Amino acid sequence: THFCCYLFITPPRTRTKPRTCQHTDECLVFADCPGTTSEQAGKSASCQGCPNQKLCASGATKAPDPAIAEIGQKLSTVKHKILVLSGKGGVGKSTFSAHLAHALASDSSKEVALLDVDICGPSIPRIMGLEGEQVHQSGSGWSPVYVEDNLAVMSVGFLLSSPDDAVIWRGPKKNGMIKQFLRDVDWGELDYLIIDTPPGTSDEHLSVVQYLSSTHVDGAVIITTPQEVSLQDVRKEIRFCQKVTLPIIGVVENMSGFVCPKCKNTSLIFPPTSGGAEQMCTDLNLPLLGKVPLDPRIARSCDEGKSFLNEIPDSPAAEVYQRIVQSKC
Amino acid sequence: MLACSSGCGQMQNMEQSDGDGSLAQVRHVVLVLSGKGGVGKSTITTELALALRQAGKRVGILDVDLCGPSIPRMLSVGRPDVHQCDSGWVPVYTDAQKSLALMSIGFLLEDPDEAIVWRGPKKTALIGQFVSDVAWGELDVLLVDTPPGTSDEHLAVLENLKKHRVDGAVLVTTPQAVSTGDVRREITFCNKTGVRILGIIENMSGFVCPHCSECSNIFSKGGGEELAKLTGSVFLGSVPLDPLLSASVEEGKDFTQLFPNSATFSVISKISQTLLNSLQTA
Repeated sequence: THFCCYLFITPPRTRTKPRTCQHTDECLVFADCPGTTSEQAGKSASCQGCPNQKLCASGATKAPDPAIAEIGQKLSTVKHKILVLSGKGGVGKSTFSAHLAHALASDSSKEVALLDVDICGPSIPRIMGLEGEQVHQSGSGWSPVYVEDNLAVMSVGFLLSSPDDAVIWRGPKKNGMIKQFLRDVDWGELDYLIIDTPPGTSDEHLSVVQYLSSTHVDGAVIITTPQEVSLQDVRKEIRFCQKVTLPIIGVVENMSGFVCPKCKNTSLIFPPTSGGAEQMCTDLNLPLLGKVPLDPRIARSCDEGKSFLNEIPDSPAAEVYQRIVQSKC
Repeated sequence: MLACSSGCGQMQNMEQSDGDGSLAQVRHVVLVLSGKGGVGKSTITTELALALRQAGKRVGILDVDLCGPSIPRMLSVGRPDVHQCDSGWVPVYTDAQKSLALMSIGFLLEDPDEAIVWRGPKKTALIGQFVSDVAWGELDVLLVDTPPGTSDEHLAVLENLKKHRVDGAVLVTTPQAVSTGDVRREITFCNKTGVRILGIIENMSGFVCPHCSECSNIFSKGGGEELAKLTGSVFLGSVPLDPLLSASVEEGKDFTQLFPNSATFSVISKISQTLLNSLQTA
């Protein structure tokens, strides 16, 4: 399967012709483009005058990317693959991914890997305490960075030379990087591969799903915060999963309430005005995996690159995390 | 498409005569950026716009977050029909005086729950068209709310706004190192693309318990100010984590009018004043 963006277009309400022609080798933006993989590619009336017409007509664009099969082969030894998604930024995707990895790796008989495909905002190196680490090239590909013997991490952050380096990349280049992460990293045999994603439903997400299409993916864990402003974006992410037929393992509500360390009263800092994740899960018939309370010690652990689950194992938030991991993975 | 093969020359002429017509009467253009998601870009954009309006300015907001446009909800404008006039898309006004204009890319999409699963090139094309086609009319400040990151949307916005002029960018961060780390990268983005940094705002800066008034630094404290020092940028202020503010943006109510005496509002108002001064002196 090749996911051309065209397949997912919601037509703008008022159609206007693009003022200027914009093309890349990846996709076309014409309202009437039949899609690069369609039978009509390069042949329909709207293809006349398109600079990519010849390429489309030749059939080359219909052939699947050979990397998909290579990745399928490479990851055939990975038992479980889990994506962590959210339509909204800053809801705790990376925090959850990191702690899921820590929790799974606490069983020393399991091999766990964490892949960060947030190309423009990689937070995983810091959260895992690996800032400044570099990736090494070996005969069998890029070697990931190890936090523990059974916990490997890969992120674009390991390829940058300074914390100020910005990755100002457009979509196709980000996709190339993701392809390399999946195909060229020497993961070895794994029980779990956890993939942390950036917010949204764009290049990174399509690419991951596309590149993993010849292997089995267990599904996605969706992270949200309780407010409607966040849920409205998360619903879109759920639609995305349905469109690309990615199973949803469940939803985690993060930053669910804050217990004042002094008076022990709970404040709903991010108010669930529309019923929070609970209502959304009921509406959409999805399992709610748990509600993680806001705890300042989580943010601190992440900043210091330590596992909150090891730091304060008896806290309510750590217990919720453990319960989610035990129940689903 | 067909127009392209037949009438390219004509279209180019049209564009030239348009020039930056839609932005010609816009005095200042300010980008609101952050490398990190969920730090409150849209909230800060909304509140700054409301504060500027209260200061008697004509303000516009351009929301280019395709995958998660939040501003329409925060200003409770719903999903109005967008009209076209001779000079382009007519923005949606939130008040009868037409002092706050909004254009969101969300308005152009069919179904609000639909996922916009677009790759970069398509986003670039739509944003390009969108940015240069809004008939803003006369504005003192146009705030541009962006999605997180340093990718297609940002480049597209810059490419298209730069034909006109961009005064600079306000960077929003939360206090934790995980967030300031991403914002450092955004600063590099600004330097590389030649965008002046007007200042850094620290959001979600501390939470005062409504029960016992104890202040908890849920997302740590001081990261924004430190980052400003480190990078030699102006620090515009710390906006506290205020449940009244999150409730206001949730329900689309005007926080600046509901809670004019709150500490949070005084910070926002001070930031908007500083911003205005730096725009006028530049």
